[in-house]
Amino acid sequence: MSITEILFWVLSALALFSAIMVVASKNPVHSILFLIVVFFTISGHYILMNAQFLAIVNIIVYAGAIMVLFLFVVMLMNLNAASEPKKNRMIQFAGLISGGCLFLVLVAAITKSGSTNNMVQMTAGDQGLIKNLGKVLFKDYVIPFEISSVLFLSAMIGAVVIGKKESSSTN
Amino acid sequence: MEIQWYIGLSVALFCTGIVGVLTRRNSIIIFMCIELMLNSVNLLLVAFSKMHAASALAQANPNVVSDAQIFVFFIMVVAAAEVSVGLAIIVMLYRNTHAVDVNFLNRLKN
Repeated sequence: MSITEILFWVLSALALFSAIMVVASKNPVHSILFLIVVFFTISGHYILMNAQFLAIVNIIVYAGAIMVLFLFVVMLMNLNAASEPKKNRMIQFAGLISGGCLFLVLVAAITKSGSTNNMVQMTAGDQGLIKNLGKVLFKDYVIPFEISSVLFLSAMIGAVVIGKKESSSTN
Repeated sequence: MEIQWYIGLSVALFCTGIVGVLTRRNSIIIFMCIELMLNSVNLLLVAFSKMHAASALAQANPNVVSDAQIFVFFIMVVAAAEVSVGLAIIVMLYRNTHAVDVNFLNRLKN
């Protein structure tokens, strides 16, 4: 087994374990921390495939901004394990069974169609570097890029409007 | 690595996210499982882009790798915008009901 394969299996095992702990943790803060570990392992996978720009953007945007926002909200609400709402056992069991069935169906679909053993090009290829991605982004995809800035503006305005305290309508 | 292992890993992460959405009642955990599902799809897109990089498709359409990775970039953009609005809604929900339980939304019915 080459070092690339060993790294792939280690990162995959860590990602799956942390994802299961996200779902199974009683304390919401622990779930957020495990999700940050998942994001770091997925960035590790991106680096293995030489998609360097996406690896860095994943860490900065997801683990660095979105999860910090989640942590702010959880700390604001002062959630801990004691005040965690629980679903009853039957619904939890049913949810687990449905997710497991979906997993089985998708894995069966993969193995049925897996006659072409296509290899993923790991640690090679320079299409994922910032220079090449930047060229494509600003030449072919400049209009979606500008529209995404409008999207961010509307999301910011929406978040502020939703979060404003109603001072005159409660009397 | 063959593509099957990447598809398997992405499917496992996606199904873990689905089990989380169905099983938990805390709306913040549900939101985090949605982010987990989005990330599994991102991983699969990048894996497929690198798979096509080595095949004959790359000679026919040389942009096929960058297209998929730009798409992943835009998925992250949309996820960031969605998180900010979603968390604003959750905070307002908490302010009105003092709980993050999604079952409390049944009160909206009447």
